[in-house]
Amino acid sequence: MDFNTQLQYIPTQTQSRFLIRQTENWNFTIQDLTSMASSFTRVISGRNTAVMLAMGAGTLTSGYLLSDNMEAAERRRLYPPSADFPDLRKHNNCMASALTPGIYARLSDKTTPNNWTLDQCIQTGVDNPGHPFIKTVGMVAGDEETYEVFAELFDPVIKDRHNGYDPRTMKHPTDLDASKITSGFFDERYVLSSRVRTGRSIRGLSLPPACTRSERREVERVVVTALAGLKGDLSGRYYSLGDMTEREQQQLIDEHFLFDKPVSPLLTAAGMARDWPDARGIWHNNEKNFLIWINEEDHTRVISMEKGGNMKRVFERFCRGLKQVEHLIQERGWEFMWNERLGYILTCPSNLGTGLRAGVHIRLPLLSKDARFKKILDNLRLQKRGTGGVDTAATGDTFDISNLDRLGKSEVELVQLVIDGVNYLIECEKRLERGQDIKIPSPVPQFRK
Amino acid sequence: CAKNTQPTGTPPFEEEFPDLSKHNNHMAKVLTKEIYGKLRDKQTPSGYTLDDVIQTGVDNPGHPFIMTVGCVAGDEESYEVFKDLLDPVISDRHGGYKPTDKHKTDLNHENLKGGDDLDPNYVLSSRVRTGRSIKGFTLPPHNSRGERRIIERLSIEALNSLDGEFKGKYYPLNTMTDAEQEQLIADHFLFDKPVSPLLTCAGMARDWPDGRGIWHNENKTFLVWVNEEDHLRVISMQKGGNMREVFRRFCVGLQKIEEIFKKHNRGFMWNEHLGYILTCPSNLGTGLRGGVHVKLSKLSTHPKFEEILTRLRLQKRGTGGVDTASVGGVFDISNADRLGSSEVEQVQLVVDGVKLMVEMEKKLEKGESIDSMIPAQK
Repeated sequence: MDFNTQLQYIPTQTQSRFLIRQTENWNFTIQDLTSMASSFTRVISGRNTAVMLAMGAGTLTSGYLLSDNMEAAERRRLYPPSADFPDLRKHNNCMASALTPGIYARLSDKTTPNNWTLDQCIQTGVDNPGHPFIKTVGMVAGDEETYEVFAELFDPVIKDRHNGYDPRTMKHPTDLDASKITSGFFDERYVLSSRVRTGRSIRGLSLPPACTRSERREVERVVVTALAGLKGDLSGRYYSLGDMTEREQQQLIDEHFLFDKPVSPLLTAAGMARDWPDARGIWHNNEKNFLIWINEEDHTRVISMEKGGNMKRVFERFCRGLKQVEHLIQERGWEFMWNERLGYILTCPSNLGTGLRAGVHIRLPLLSKDARFKKILDNLRLQKRGTGGVDTAATGDTFDISNLDRLGKSEVELVQLVIDGVNYLIECEKRLERGQDIKIPSPVPQFRK
Repeated sequence: CAKNTQPTGTPPFEEEFPDLSKHNNHMAKVLTKEIYGKLRDKQTPSGYTLDDVIQTGVDNPGHPFIMTVGCVAGDEESYEVFKDLLDPVISDRHGGYKPTDKHKTDLNHENLKGGDDLDPNYVLSSRVRTGRSIKGFTLPPHNSRGERRIIERLSIEALNSLDGEFKGKYYPLNTMTDAEQEQLIADHFLFDKPVSPLLTCAGMARDWPDGRGIWHNENKTFLVWVNEEDHLRVISMQKGGNMREVFRRFCVGLQKIEEIFKKHNRGFMWNEHLGYILTCPSNLGTGLRGGVHVKLSKLSTHPKFEEILTRLRLQKRGTGGVDTASVGGVFDISNADRLGSSEVEQVQLVVDGVKLMVEMEKKLEKGESIDSMIPAQK
């Protein structure tokens, strides 16, 4: 082959293999791409060429297989994977710990059926090196298939984040039977409020990092239509973020219901704030204890809450509401994203499984100052947060205490764990009040094998 | 399972059309459902789509007083493939510039008349900046890490081969020492990760600080930013009012850099209709902003100040940059135009206009009227 030959490629039926030649640092070879129709029938204008650049000085770079669907390949794959591998030396997140050049090379040409790529999964982790103390996940899913297509990266991240849970060999239990809960009523001298939240995704529509405006609007339509069918104590109404009046907005703020445009770079770098506030909104029942966020970080976030310590009732309403919503969307031919390896599929791998965070706002003035507090929480598999949410510090003696785990245990198991754990904390507080000593409990077992 | 209401195949474009009812930017003014329907199935050879072009404008409804552009190019071809949207935006932004108009490029600093005698008692500093894009690469909203790194490498090679008054050094953002960083901040050279949502929503801050850096000459009068909002931003500056010298160094330096790129078959993106191609349509043409920091305490409070600026084809900013207010009567005065007039013409307007305004300031200081000095519309 002539050293100055622009390019060589051997097209096969659906794939193109090509060789890229580089004569010196500054010369670039041109590659003709076979134009292929995508699901959106895109028309590639004018010349169907793309400029290809090879790396290294005077080396022959061998080509690589392009998949059927060339969208991602055309957009990003102008270089061998080694040229595009991110610089993660200063990074501390689950993605950076798991991603190797080998994994990147093997996955970088793949796309999901919706054209979601590896680069898009990891962009948020590349852009947010992370915190020395808090390990963020550093990657998101664009659709349900992401977890399969990019399993080689997602599986180790899931394992890292979910205490060794192995999606290849384990099954996740789903159990929304609230009647199994025992002793779910807390001492209200300590527990100020109780809350359970989770997320649900609508199968067949892309997730918030990837969805188009029309998909997002479809999510809103499907969910709002279903919610309109809720009756009794669950009947309520929808407030679209873009259309609400100032008065409605103030009301929702005062009730602590309103969610705002994400400002966290963890979310904005993942593209979740695009087109804000188009197709975003809040639905709540008239009794204001069952609430649904639409198209924030997930398709839906479902929240059941009330003042006081009746966690059993909160969970019972949670399960009942979820089941009714699921039934209502199924009537119209939709369903939630779920599988038996990963449970409920959500945008962030940290929320897989149950996606459930059950917690209380609780006053623990004495226990919180005890040196053993953290160890007790760890062994009970609970975490503390400030009462403003995940990034806040506690004010005074009041904490948000909730389950750490999401995947590998069922909803019933996790809520029971929170109930038992919180009761234990209250018991400790009471003992300290009486001048008695407390014990660190033995660690709660991990998920059943 | 049955999905009788799920959209199959391509959703009709009406479903995809953004809600621009509360928007005030050039893109929102121009984009109709017809244009959207016509363009949304197209993409440039590198895969940039209409939705990509307009995302920043959808996400940033705009300001009631400042009209932002609301769209960006992902590559050179964007301006062709999406001309049905971008031509009207360009016309709106650049004073009625037509798709058939030709843009003049003139980087011969000798064609500038005067400019070396702006009174340094009033003109504190002079500066000229522009941007350049390297042909054959996609632009900051769209480029991959590999592309960005090559752009950096090519730029460093070109800049390191400069000598004489242009001899200098490159400081990559991700490896600079603390001491280097502090020095660059003290020199007012350092650029930071974009925080403006206008830029972040267009994807220009991805992978920060990978592939980004600052180069400057030893004299600290010629400075190049690599991979910030454009491939290259080239800046010539110095204290005092010798705009002529600043412009000379600007032209000479730019042309030296361009020569080096050309020698390696790498030109800058340019065509005779749009001049130099940059990421934001507002920077097409010359991409040039030539300006001074000038003390105009009296003139700035004169009722005709805004009108004088408009007639002189100049704009004012605070000394902290585009979004700031003036401090102590000191203004940043620069050319308003970018497209449709040459570099020499634009800098000439700055030189002549600032000279006139300093004369006006002196008159007002003496308590005299400036009515006879107010210029006609240029």
